[in-house]
Amino acid sequence: MSMQTFLLNGTSVTVDVNPDVRLLWVIRDMLGVTGPKYGCGINVCKACTSHINGKAFNPCSVRVGDIKPTDEVTTIEGLPATVGKDLHPMQEAWLEFDVAQCGYCQPGQIMAAVAKVKAARAAGHEIGDADFDEIRNVCRCGTYNRIREAITAGAKNM
Amino acid sequence: MGYLMAGTTLVVAADLSLGGSPAAAAIPSLPQIPELYDLEDLQTDAARPTAQLITITMNTDGTASFQLPRAEVGQGITTSTSMIIAEELDLPLDKVHVTLAPARPELLFNQLTGGSNTSVSTFTPIRVAAAIAKGALLDAAAIELGSIVALLTSKAGVVSAPDGSSVTYGELATKAASPTTKKVNVTLKATSKFKVIGTSQGRVDAHDIVTGRKQFAMDLQVPDALPTMVCRPPTLNGSPKSINNEAVVKAMPGVTDIAMVDTGVAVRAQTFGQCIDAIRALDVVWNTGSVEGESDATIKAKLKAAEIPLVVPQVPILAQTVDADFTFMFRSSAALEPNCSIADVRKDKATVWAGLKSPIVAQGHIAEAVGLPVSAVTVNVITGGGSFGHKLFGDAAVESAKISKAMGKPVKLMWHRADEPRQGRVHPMCTSRIRATILAGQVLTFEQRHTSVSTDFTHGLGEMLTSQAAALPGGLGNLGFSESIFLLTQELPYNFGLVTQLLNEVDLSFNTGSMRNIYSPDVACANELVVDQLAKKLGQDPLAFRLAYLKDPRVKAVLQKVADVGGWGRKMPAGTAQGIAVHKEYKGATAVLVEIDCRPETVNRQIPNAVAGPRVTKAVIAVDAGLVINPRGLDAQMMGGVSDGIALALTSSVHLVDGHFLEASWDNYFYTRQWNIPPDFECIVMPSDSQQPGGAGEAGVAASVSATACAYARATGTMPTTFPINHDQLSFTPKPFIPPVPESPTDGLSQTY
Ligand code: FES
Ligand code: FES
Repeated sequence: MSMQTFLLNGTSVTVDVNPDVRLLWVIRDMLGVTGPKYGCGINVCKACTSHINGKAFNPCSVRVGDIKPTDEVTTIEGLPATVGKDLHPMQEAWLEFDVAQCGYCQPGQIMAAVAKVKAARAAGHEIGDADFDEIRNVCRCGTYNRIREAITAGAKNM
Repeated sequence: MGYLMAGTTLVVAADLSLGGSPAAAAIPSLPQIPELYDLEDLQTDAARPTAQLITITMNTDGTASFQLPRAEVGQGITTSTSMIIAEELDLPLDKVHVTLAPARPELLFNQLTGGSNTSVSTFTPIRVAAAIAKGALLDAAAIELGSIVALLTSKAGVVSAPDGSSVTYGELATKAASPTTKKVNVTLKATSKFKVIGTSQGRVDAHDIVTGRKQFAMDLQVPDALPTMVCRPPTLNGSPKSINNEAVVKAMPGVTDIAMVDTGVAVRAQTFGQCIDAIRALDVVWNTGSVEGESDATIKAKLKAAEIPLVVPQVPILAQTVDADFTFMFRSSAALEPNCSIADVRKDKATVWAGLKSPIVAQGHIAEAVGLPVSAVTVNVITGGGSFGHKLFGDAAVESAKISKAMGKPVKLMWHRADEPRQGRVHPMCTSRIRATILAGQVLTFEQRHTSVSTDFTHGLGEMLTSQAAALPGGLGNLGFSESIFLLTQELPYNFGLVTQLLNEVDLSFNTGSMRNIYSPDVACANELVVDQLAKKLGQDPLAFRLAYLKDPRVKAVLQKVADVGGWGRKMPAGTAQGIAVHKEYKGATAVLVEIDCRPETVNRQIPNAVAGPRVTKAVIAVDAGLVINPRGLDAQMMGGVSDGIALALTSSVHLVDGHFLEASWDNYFYTRQWNIPPDFECIVMPSDSQQPGGAGEAGVAASVSATACAYARATGTMPTTFPINHDQLSFTPKPFIPPVPESPTDGLSQTY
């Protein structure tokens, strides 16, 4: 066991855990932050998508020991605070288009969407069909079309 | 009629004595059973005798609460139920709180979520209860305001008298309470007065979902219920014999307990990550499984051997015959939330928390498994992360209870993703043979023989009685049940002369269940492909042919609608085509038009760890679901149905090789992804003057898989006969079976974006 420290949703947290444990379990099982969901544990379903230093990543596939004390990990719970509002524009868009069905994949979908919009802009274009085709998050309820509509709308307010 | 229940605040209950009015049609083909009495009717009738036990409570804070004896798994029934109550009570939607009822054995048949039956069977009883509550509130208000009921108006939870004085429902909640239970009569609001029902509403849990606050079973914090997983056998339904290194694994970081149960070796640890590590380290000696040595080919051979022969009907000698033979491979019905359940089993009682569509049956099985009376077992129904038929069974709930008992501690059991396709419930493999005859531009006969690996219906109708009957030895009870379900759901909607559709099932020891829409996606896909063949033989356009032979005006209307909106018949480049199909079930009708692109540059798109394949580029679905409570919710279910249909036709299946299924995760099991969906999607909800809602959750699947298959056949010039069409090429490298779960990668930080 050893002490692992990082920033989670704006607060510094320290946990006493083996550095080999993947971050998702530290966040969910030890810190009780359950927005990021488990769907595969091998970085293929993307249900656990969260942000590290503003970029999308999958904590099921990162050792907690590889996270530095200064790294900022943001889960869906901390997303609104990144824009200083009650809800991030992407969450608003998700409500506007009533995207969710069971909701299990949706925290990960929203976190992926925010990063994808930023990545498209960094590459010099607004998000579009070709970018949507690259989003790997599984939605077993099949909400994909509404996800596309919501991202397009949410991006306008980002 | 209903009841004012004795209590300190207003509690009402509904009694249902509503006569069904099945409509028979005058038709050249004899009516098939579902036209007269279908699965919806069976479930609705089964739910009737106890429906009076459904109660609505008015709270002093002005809210109404209701425990829905069904499971919300994404289909939107908590939203639609809130709307029904808000409508009848004249209460704002956000003042209605619908939660899920725990297992209540006294509800008997009335606690099964399945067959898209929730709105069909609960619509009237919930309205009746809400209307009684409203009546009681008005009575109390009349006294309070010194007026008479006829002069009062109610709006948004406030009752007003002509003199401008008013009182809120919250203030009336205690005053309207009845000291005794009494029967009262009630008049329901006329449908023409509906202000909430029929309007598009967002999901009541949407805010909780987008903020990550919605809690699924694994998100609940039950004291001391530590993460628990099971090291499972390398072959299907194997069992553990002994553990070679229990002490070593027990000493691993975080591990607290190890216990052998019938399904494998359970590990309890501080985190799920440590459970995974422990499972990978376990050295277990296994007993053989239930299908040792079997593969797709051997199972298919057994199905072929069990096919009920087609009877060559007495038709004129000059008649032409169309014969077709289809195979539908095994598919996993797993949701994105894997099987999971929390259990706390003590000496004298057990408590379980899980997403369950058939909680009464699960409660019975848990009691049996841990040796407690049913009355000592509490089963809490938690909103599920998808079901698709998976949550009809209490597999995880029962397993978690056994583990908790074995360890003597509370456990939070989660199946690894790899466990789902490999050991979890699958939609059975089946074949469908069809023979149709035509003469002089007429279809004379249409025979279908559907042969399936046995579909597990041991959830029965949601209570222990029919559940036990379906579990009779030798699958005898289950086959009777399967055949009944088949006969109650399958209906060929065409005038094709002499029509017979028969089912045979073979019990081959698989873990099966009713995947979304049960038999219909396969049966309808086979039928609609043959319908296209018949049209071709008669030199007719697929749309015109269908319109000429369809029996029901509602089915014709949805078909015409998608043809108009989707631009049926427009010129398409070679390698691309349109497909069109219909389905009639759940007291409604659906039609789908798709356009598919099967050109090599599309099919061969390179996407890592995925299958690209043909792309459905456009989908238009029209649905007549009778009286629609929430059009937006219905649209969502149709979108999901199309997504499922595309997966079933093109990409999703599990491969049985040497006694086990090869798939272990989403990079092996190719459910529809963003790169497979039609960028152009439209759903049309048909206007209806029906007074009764139809089913929604499953209604979109069958016509979608059929239209996709028909479009593929037209684009490629070859009618596919095995589904999904890519089943014969294995598109991934199978993960090892020992250890049974893959290691979590560590390179996540190199893949940020
Ligand atoms: S659980 Fe992390 S990607 Fe699936
Ligand atoms: S909403 Fe259910 S998995 Fe996406």
